[in-house]
Amino acid sequence: MATVADTHDAHHEHGPAKGWLRWITTTNHKDIGTLYLVFAMLMFLVGGAMALIIRVELYQPGLQWVDPHFFNQMTTLHALIMVFGAVMPAFAGFANWMIPPMIGAPDMALPRMNNWSFWLLPFAGALLSSTLFMDGGAVAAGWTLYPPLVLQMGNSLPFTIFSVHLLGMSSIMAAINIIVTIFNLRAPGITMMKMPMFCWAWLITAFLLILVMPVLAGAVTMLLTDKYFDTSFFNPAGGGDPVLFQHLFWFFGHPEVYIIILPAFGIVSQVIPTFSRKPLFGKNSMVYATAVIGFLSFIVWSHHQFTVGMPVPAELYFMYATMLIAVPTGVKVFNWLATMWKGALTFETPMLHALGFLVLFVLAGFTGIMMSQAPADLYYHDNYFIVAHFHYALVGGGVFGIFAGFFYWLPKWTGVKYDERLGKFHFWLSFLGFNILFMPQHFLGLAGMPRRIPDYAVQFTEFNQMSTVGAFIFGFTQLLLVYIAYKAIKGEGEKAGDEVWEGAKHHGLEWNLPSPMPYHHSFEKVNISKAIEWE
Amino acid sequence: MILFNLSRLFLAVALSLGAAAAWADYHVNIPVGPTETSRMIYGFHMYAIWVCVGIGVVVFGVMFYSIINHRKSKNPVPASFHENTKLEIIWTVIPVLILISLAIPATKALIKIEDTSGSDMTIKVTGYQWKWHYEYPEEGIKFFSSLDEESNRARQMNSGMDPEKVPNYLLNVDHPLVVPINKKIRFMITAADVLHAWWVPAFGWKKDAIPGYITAAWATIEKPGLYRGQCAELCGRDHGYMPIVVKAVTQEEYDAWVAQWKQSRGAAEAEGSWGMDQAMNMGKSAYNTHCASCHKADGSGIQGTFPALADSPVATGDVDQMLAVVLEGKGMMPAFGQDENISDESLAAVITYVRNAFGNESGDLVKPEAIAELR
Repeated sequence: MATVADTHDAHHEHGPAKGWLRWITTTNHKDIGTLYLVFAMLMFLVGGAMALIIRVELYQPGLQWVDPHFFNQMTTLHALIMVFGAVMPAFAGFANWMIPPMIGAPDMALPRMNNWSFWLLPFAGALLSSTLFMDGGAVAAGWTLYPPLVLQMGNSLPFTIFSVHLLGMSSIMAAINIIVTIFNLRAPGITMMKMPMFCWAWLITAFLLILVMPVLAGAVTMLLTDKYFDTSFFNPAGGGDPVLFQHLFWFFGHPEVYIIILPAFGIVSQVIPTFSRKPLFGKNSMVYATAVIGFLSFIVWSHHQFTVGMPVPAELYFMYATMLIAVPTGVKVFNWLATMWKGALTFETPMLHALGFLVLFVLAGFTGIMMSQAPADLYYHDNYFIVAHFHYALVGGGVFGIFAGFFYWLPKWTGVKYDERLGKFHFWLSFLGFNILFMPQHFLGLAGMPRRIPDYAVQFTEFNQMSTVGAFIFGFTQLLLVYIAYKAIKGEGEKAGDEVWEGAKHHGLEWNLPSPMPYHHSFEKVNISKAIEWE
Repeated sequence: MILFNLSRLFLAVALSLGAAAAWADYHVNIPVGPTETSRMIYGFHMYAIWVCVGIGVVVFGVMFYSIINHRKSKNPVPASFHENTKLEIIWTVIPVLILISLAIPATKALIKIEDTSGSDMTIKVTGYQWKWHYEYPEEGIKFFSSLDEESNRARQMNSGMDPEKVPNYLLNVDHPLVVPINKKIRFMITAADVLHAWWVPAFGWKKDAIPGYITAAWATIEKPGLYRGQCAELCGRDHGYMPIVVKAVTQEEYDAWVAQWKQSRGAAEAEGSWGMDQAMNMGKSAYNTHCASCHKADGSGIQGTFPALADSPVATGDVDQMLAVVLEGKGMMPAFGQDENISDESLAAVITYVRNAFGNESGDLVKPEAIAELR
């Protein structure tokens, strides 16, 4: 029998260092997790403000507020900031906070690298945002950065690319850290198959990151040499190929979608069993399904390019491979439903967000199945149907997953219960706002509105107006989230017990620790019998 | 213009509350167009929707059944099962079968949609920033097609014009593509600068226009009419202002159009003389087609990105230097001299126009022969 950290702390009295240098020099996984989450929240608000600029311009036909060139800068930066600045760092924050306690480890395996992988981000984010103020503005070629258009950009291009490199380095280091931690620091008794689903999801995500970020780095470096060193990787006049960039980009870009969604799968797989008061149904098949999704994500990239004139056999292959993803994804959804079946369900805020995730992600899956049909995708491609689809997947899936995890673990981090009434209010406003925002975009796409246009034909007006109204509801609701977090961090609220959620101890080792978790090493030696109790 | 349009907002709210009566007027689904491809694509779309609706009823049905009946207040003691191999095999196999039922017809349709052989005529489509160029190789016809004047005026920032009052706002062009019905038309699609995509929703498909590539697609249009679309691939600042209009007519009308086009072209060439008025007229139209989207219709440019032409050192200085810039390009400006789709007359006219419009008063008249020599 050994000890969790409450006894451990008794013989090491020191808490966190005093002063702001604590946050710069910290190698503590909990501090770094907090830094990641705060940074992600800031970027979420910045990227969201850009989305609101886009939606304001699209409120009615005609140009009212911004130049089309600036509009294109907004769509580009909104996407890059949301993907690399908000969603990925938020998940990295969860990983830092929760993976060590969930596997009974004292800290992340490579704490100094952990510090570095975080501190690259603010610099990369600042560099990326600063391009807005450069001559000619930020890159205005979409987050896909397709040449030749992207090569028309001015001096902001090299800065954007350098910032993408930094963001990629940060992600790769975070991924290495997670893999090493999971492989080496699991407490005795926690075998791989006994490891919680959140850790499994992140482990697979980390491998995706390590495999694809270098491809993106290579592709954008080729852009750089094309622009400044007279190479012709993507310039047909010099023997290059603009479509090559698309293949390289989507070899990164498609797995990237799963990098955003798999950790959310992991969070939801922790939350649903807790609030159903039942073990996760089909744990093993959940692990295999996640691994299969990870693998399939690598072999379907060209379904983003059904219109580039690929040979028919290639189109058919990418169509079949893409359709296959529906199978393991379906398994996961059915397993979540089976977990809820005959449970004793309660609907605290994390569960509401997990159910919101489930509804929205299934809808994204449906439009995904529709788009996998290459003939129909010739219509859907690059219109608003696609915009609606990937926002249902990345916001309805990714961001609602983040919300679920945030409310689920917040009491464990702060030691107090957040304001449940405000939490539920935040969920319902977000869910409603989200659907008013993105549901009409399906119809806009089907009616024929192309994406990334600053102005549109008048028959698209009504749905765009609905969408803009929804955007403001969704956007301003997130200020409530900031307020809820602020209150909890200040320690306002009912004191949270170790378990926080009724019966949570059966659903993860972290609930055996005190709330808040001790600042230094949570575990000295892990209690093996407790670790496997929930199996 | 900036004032919120209250009746529109009211309608939007009504729509969002599910006022079914209002839906009829608004397009909420893929159009069924005048081509077989369009009908096939619509068929797949609807089939996939119904499959999804079916799965949705099951998935959300089970979910809400649990939410209602298995809540803690009704079912305080949870079950403890967490495995059922038979069930898991069933819900792996059934989706596979559903997918196969989707994949087989989709395969057949895709093969048909991509088969451009046996066509009756060919049209070459070239994407430019930000206009389309159409060429009928068999007839020797070629022309640019760009946003019509009225939409162009209305779309300027705070133009004071109400887009609702502009007929087919943003979906109208100066010169539509004219094609005969009931002919298998092969479209050969490429681009001159960046990526574009040629998309007419009524035909179902879209195809990317890629520099260095020629992509092919086809359509057999069964009903005369005007079919409108837009560029679908982000192609820079005026991506939203690159409409496509296809005018499908009977064979007789098409033949008449071809004859008329050739005749008017012949008359223009026979005229021979090159005067200031003619150059300025032609130059204004060419400027609006090729130059106005960057340098603005009034020559004021866009600060930091595209230089102003009004009172600019290039437009008012040495004429040879300006010829070099226009023909050879500079920075983001394309080398118009290398574009064989732009005639010597157009280039001479446009340079003349820029040097004498927007308050520039050089008095220079550039001759088409001078362009031909430099090319």
